[in-house]
Order: sequence, then C-alpha cells, then structure tokens
Amino acid sequence: MATTATPLPGGQRPNIATAAVRFPAVTSYEQVDDEIAGTLGPSLGWFAALGVAILCMLIGATAWTYQIHEGLGAAGYQPPVMWGVYIVTFVFWVGIGHAGTLISAILYLFRAGFRTSIYRVSEAMTVFAVMTAGLFPILHLGRPWKFFYLIPYPNWRLLWPNPKSPLVWDVFAILTYLTISSTFLYVGLIPDIAILRDREKNPMRKSILAMLALGWRNSDREWRHFTRAYLFLAALATPLVLSVHSVVSFDFAMALSPGWHATIFPPYFVAGAIFSGIGMVFTIIIPLRKFFKLEHYITLNDIDAAAKLCLFTSCVVGLAYLTEFQVAWMSGNRFEQDYFWNRVFGQWAWAAWIMLICNCVLPLSLFSQKLRRNTTWLFFLSLTINVGMWFERFVIVVPSLSHEFEPWQWGTYRPTFVDYSILLGSFGWFFMWFLLFIKQLPVMAMSEIKEVLLPRMRHRHEIIDDLGEGYVRPGETGAVH
Amino acid sequence: MWTATKASISKTGDSRILPSTEGSARQHGRGIAQAINAADLGTIGNGDEQGAGAEGAKESLPGDASHAFLPGLRAPVAADAQGELGAPTAADQGILKGLYDPNDVRGMAKRRWAMTIDLARCTGCSACVTACYSENNIPTVGAYWQNATFFADVRPGFNIERGREMNWIRLERYFEGNLDGKFGDDFETRFLPMLCQHCGNAPCEPVCPVYATYHSPDGLNVQVYNRCVGTRYCSNNCPYKVRYFNWFGYGEPDRKQYAFPEPLDWQLNPDVTVRGKGVMEKCSFCVQRIREAENRAAAEHRDLQPDEFTSACAQACPSRAITFGDAADPNWTVAQLAHDRRAYHVFEELNTYTGVVYLKKVNHPAAGATAPAAH
Repeated sequence: MATTATPLPGGQRPNIATAAVRFPAVTSYEQVDDEIAGTLGPSLGWFAALGVAILCMLIGATAWTYQIHEGLGAAGYQPPVMWGVYIVTFVFWVGIGHAGTLISAILYLFRAGFRTSIYRVSEAMTVFAVMTAGLFPILHLGRPWKFFYLIPYPNWRLLWPNPKSPLVWDVFAILTYLTISSTFLYVGLIPDIAILRDREKNPMRKSILAMLALGWRNSDREWRHFTRAYLFLAALATPLVLSVHSVVSFDFAMALSPGWHATIFPPYFVAGAIFSGIGMVFTIIIPLRKFFKLEHYITLNDIDAAAKLCLFTSCVVGLAYLTEFQVAWMSGNRFEQDYFWNRVFGQWAWAAWIMLICNCVLPLSLFSQKLRRNTTWLFFLSLTINVGMWFERFVIVVPSLSHEFEPWQWGTYRPTFVDYSILLGSFGWFFMWFLLFIKQLPVMAMSEIKEVLLPRMRHRHEIIDDLGEGYVRPGETGAVH
Repeated sequence: MWTATKASISKTGDSRILPSTEGSARQHGRGIAQAINAADLGTIGNGDEQGAGAEGAKESLPGDASHAFLPGLRAPVAADAQGELGAPTAADQGILKGLYDPNDVRGMAKRRWAMTIDLARCTGCSACVTACYSENNIPTVGAYWQNATFFADVRPGFNIERGREMNWIRLERYFEGNLDGKFGDDFETRFLPMLCQHCGNAPCEPVCPVYATYHSPDGLNVQVYNRCVGTRYCSNNCPYKVRYFNWFGYGEPDRKQYAFPEPLDWQLNPDVTVRGKGVMEKCSFCVQRIREAENRAAAEHRDLQPDEFTSACAQACPSRAITFGDAADPNWTVAQLAHDRRAYHVFEELNTYTGVVYLKKVNHPAAGATAPAAH
C-alpha cells in the first residue's frame, strides 16, 4: 500500500489510525479546539464559492418566478409525462439526506468509530438536503400558491387533505424528517457551541453563541443528560431513515403505472437513498478535509470504511435493479414487460445505462483497497454516483409515465431551460446553506473527537502534590518511597 | 366552365411541424379496441348467463366479455351530502364490509350515469370531439401564441407536439394486421372514442391529496377545479390517460395564452365554467346537462324519464354509436346496451369498474380469408 507507512516495531503504523489510536496525529484537546475552531474564519475562496452558490440559487429562483407567472407549461412537461425533473430532483434530495441520518444516528447506535469525524458534516447535509427537497413538491404544483391545501389546518369548510394520498404522507414524512434531523443536529452541536462561546472575543457573537449554547457549563450532570438525550434522539431518528424514503417510494409504489406498481420499492428506495447520500458525503468531505487541512481527523481509515458502506449499498441497489427486471419478466404482465424492455433497450436506454454504469459498475472498483483509499478516485466516483442516482430517479419517473397502458398516449419528455435552471438552483440553494454552515459552526464534533483521544495524563508528581506526601495509590506497595 | 392556373412550387425556407396526437398506432395486444367476427357473434355467452363458458366460445383476457363485472357499475360510495341516499343507518355503518365490494349496493345513489360506445357504429368522424369542445368550453391550444414567453417555440401546433391537447374525448385509431407491410385481408382499422371512464373504483381518486377529484354518489368521477392544486398525480395514475392539465392560463382573458379571444368567447357555454391555469380537467359526463335535467324534473314534480336527455357527444354522434344514461335503471337504453353480448370494459383487469362500456366492432371477413384477430 502506497498510503500506509512501514510498521514501527510493535506493529503500529505512525500515520494510520487503529482501533486504539484513532487520530494518531491529534494529541491534545487544545489541538482539537484550535484546529477545528480555526476553520471558521471566512476566506476569499469561501466567499467565491458562496457567490457561485448564491448565483445558481438566484438563477433557479428567477426561473421559478417565471414559471409561476407563465404556468407550468414553461417547464418541459409533455403529457402523459406529468411528472418530470422536479419530482426526480425531489426524490434525489430526499435520498441525499438519508446517508446523513444513517451516519449520525444508526452508526452511533452501532458504535461505528469512523462516524466520529464525518457525522457533523453529514448531519448538516441531511438538514439542508431535506430543506431543498421540501421545495420541490411545492415547486411542481400547478398552483403553488395553494400548497397549504395539503396541510391539515382547521378551516371553515371542514376540508381536510386526503389521508389516502401518498402525497399527503409525503408532507408528514418530510416535515417529520426536517424536525427530527434539525433537532438532532442542534442537540449534537450544543457542547461545541459552548466551546465556541468560550473562545469568542466579539461580544455580539458571543451573546448569540451563549444563547445557542443554552448555558452549557460542561458539568458532569449536563453531560449525563446530554448523552442520554443524544442516545434517545439517535434512536428516534433511526426509524426515519427507513420510513421517510419508504413513504417517498409510496408515491410510486401506490400508483398503478407499470414500473411503479412494485412492492420492492420501499427497500429499494432506502438502499438507493443511502447509496446516493454516501456519494454526496464523499463529494463534500473530500474537498473539505483538503481545504480545511483536516486530513488527520477525517483519516483514510474513515474514508475507507465509508467507501465499504458505499460499495455495500451499491450492491443492494444493483440487486434491486435485477429483481425489478426479474419480477417483470416472471410476472407475465404484458404492460410491465413492455415497459421494462422500453426502459432498458428502447426509448430510454441511454438513461437506464447511465444509471446502471454509474450505480452498479463503477462502484465495483471499491473492492480494491487501493482505490478506496485514493481520494481523487473516490471524489470522481462520488460525482458519478450523484449523476447515476439522479438518473435512477429519472428512469423511474419518466419512462414509466411515457409508456403506460394506453399505446395511443405513449410519449416522450424534453425538459426546458426552466427545468434545468431550477435543478441548478436547487444545488445553489443547498450549497449556499452548507457553505454558510461550515463557517459559522464547527464541521466536526470537537467534543466527540475528544472522547476518542486519550485524556491528558497528569504526572506522578502532580498527583502527589495534590494528594499529599505519604499517599499510597491503590495497587502500589508504597515501597518505592 | 373549367379554369386553369399555372402553378409553381418553390422553397420558402420556412418549416412547419406536423403535430400528431398519436403515440402508437398499434394496440400491442392490449385489447383496447376489440372486434369480433360476425360468424362468432351468435356463439358467445350472454351476460345473463354469467358467461360460464356458454357455447364454449368465451373470450380470453384482456377484455373478457363475461359480464360478472357489470354490478361494478354501481361501486359503493360514501353517503352524499345532498341527501339523495338518506342518512346511512346504524346497521349500514356497522356492517359495511370491504371498501370496494362491487356487489354491495347499500348506501348508494339511485343512479349510475354510464355510457356505451358501439365500435361497430363508430366511423371515426370526430363529431363527438367537436361537440365536446363546444359544450364544455375546452380550450384549443394549438395557436402559435399559446406558449411561454421567453425562449419558447412560437410555432403553430407547438403544444400539440408536446402532447398538451385538451380533448376530453379523443378518437383513437388503431391498425390491425399489415404486420408484413402488405395490406392483406387481415388489415383493419379500428376507431375508439376514449374519454373519462368514470370508474366505479377510480385510480385517480385516492391519490389526490386534496380531494379535488372524488366520486359523486351517482357514479360520476368529479373534478373540483377550485380545490385542485395541480399535483397531476391523478393523471399519472389514470390508465386511460384522459385527464388534461391547464399548462397555461388558457381560460384567463388577461393571459397571453388565452384560448378564447374575441369573437371566440361568444361561443362559450354559459353553463360551464372555463378553467384557470394549473388545474386538471377532464370529461364530466356533461354534468351540467345531468343537473339541469334533474332540476327540471324536480321542478315539474316528476321523475326523470328514460333517455330524457343525453351528453353532448352522444347527441352529436351521427351514427348513434354513443349512448348515455342511467345504467342503474333498466328502462334506459344504456342499461340494456351495457348487457349486450359484445360489451367489454377497456383494461377490465385493472378492476377500475368503468362506467363506459364498449361494444366490440363486428368484422365480416370474406369467406376463406384469414380471420382478423378476435381482439
């Protein structure tokens, strides 16, 4: 391995973490505080990136305004394809969110060590991805100004949303997810905000941080409550990883269309969501650890472990694709068979093969440890995974609608600049929030990293000073004195 | 008598698209427009006999001609607000079993509006389509100005090319035979007017998040424009693809895409509203005519007479292929036709319990010719 150094006598490698020493290059609490809090100062490059993100967001916002003014016909809808880029992008962003909760909650419950350094970024990614996804169901409405009809609010007409409609379940699923994941992010942040508060010189910022820290004093009692609360929140967030994307998949699975009407959708969507989310985590942390010079926190071991998770979910997703085809083949259902044939070898073959190559073929490279530890390759791979997973949703949404029961109404789909601008705008919106986050709040849980470090040992003479001459520690004979 | 003018053709450099609303001209074996040979007509089972393989010529799926599904014309519905059903009794509420038991007729309205379309009579003339356009204020959307403002194609027919036509009833034309490129004896064209099937068990209804599409007690699948937010889920879930979306403000006079500029607005039907942008619309079974007839009968203190009124498409059909009426009352023509031995439902296997019953086209193959496929 090019990246691993020669073992020292005793078997330990100086630059490689082990279960015992997870951050070999991090030695003290002060170093953690200095290095991670030190990433917070805005830099020129950050301003440039933020500017690009805001510009993209404005392009999307302009396109949306234009679309509201003109009508939904400004987008590229082409009946019978009544759902297009917006729903594709909605599912894409909800999916992105899932890896964050998986890493921050499920891996916490499973005590997976590699989570420590990447979970804060992932959790923030979750919140912002759900915030992005939540825009799309509104954005794709014919009358977005009436979106509140989907919310059960008391009204004079005694009208309620339809509890049978998966779109109403979506409303609840997304709002629940946003609530839980943002609470979880915030609770995890409290000890770190307290550290920032104590370091802050600017009285204005200090008072804001003090408010956010909720008067955290680092006492044992607070820590006991905090860890208990964090555990429960992790346990509460865990079922959401499975349930939210299952509900999103019901948008399709509950419908009648060939290619949608499948019981495999919930597990298939959850696996795809985690896969795409880990792809996005790589897209974010690989540049982040480089620009913030945090390579010794997000170690190659952590990345290696996350890459294995990525490989695993890729295989699950690949299995789901094969199962779909197999079910269509075995079903004897002409509509299903025609649809799948059209999807893989017909009209939509280009999209289906982008999906298959990006999601099932390229990630197989991660069987090689060399490539798992090669950040350049991983970054490239993460981009192809993002593309592949966007196309997976495209392949689910569009080809099915374009090739349904009625041959007379078979069609195609061509998005317009409005669709593309809003897609771009969603990335701008997401990265705008993310960039603002990483310069306001620490990108890593300083307190959790400190938990992993060995506490600073006091020297013998300090102890003796404290305890007084003649004290014999348990297990010592005292004969030394 | 005869005049002649010298004509010449030259290229203008301009181009026009030829919009087509056709997806595929073939049925791909899906049994949408079915036909039967005249010789076989006497042998298939009648509905009253419950099929049961009578005479041994029972059709196979899709579109099985057995009539066991016809009670589904009266799918159960919730108690209505208008009081047509009366208040459900405590017993009704206690023992109502199964959401969609087609044989459970308790708690239902007296009527089930339905339609039969005889494909043997349909000539594909599209008079029904035209009548529907004028009756229901359907916008025509093919004009060059009916597109978005910026970066948009300002070509005539652009919306049609995108499949955004709004015909609540459309005429589908399917070819049979000619698979080898030869117009042999098996070559055949079938016409099928396709409109909202007013399913008793409608796929569009449960998916609407805001109840903008719901089931009326008398069997109509009703679209509430004011409630619709435009998720278009109903259209995605409609196997018949008979729902049409207002992509632009075709019905709004202040919009560029307004479909009824002076003097077209003079032909608007005052009994029917025009639809704003961003809502779904579809065939209403001419609900304005139904309510008008009911109100008139009520005002005259009498019951509706069988075949007292009909829908616009049925009224306009020159060959009387379309029959509209109350399938729950055996005195109406439609109730009798729905039990015709040629009756079938499109995509019956989807359990939609459609309110539109098609009667198979009858073929008369020449003696000794290869018989066309039965469906």
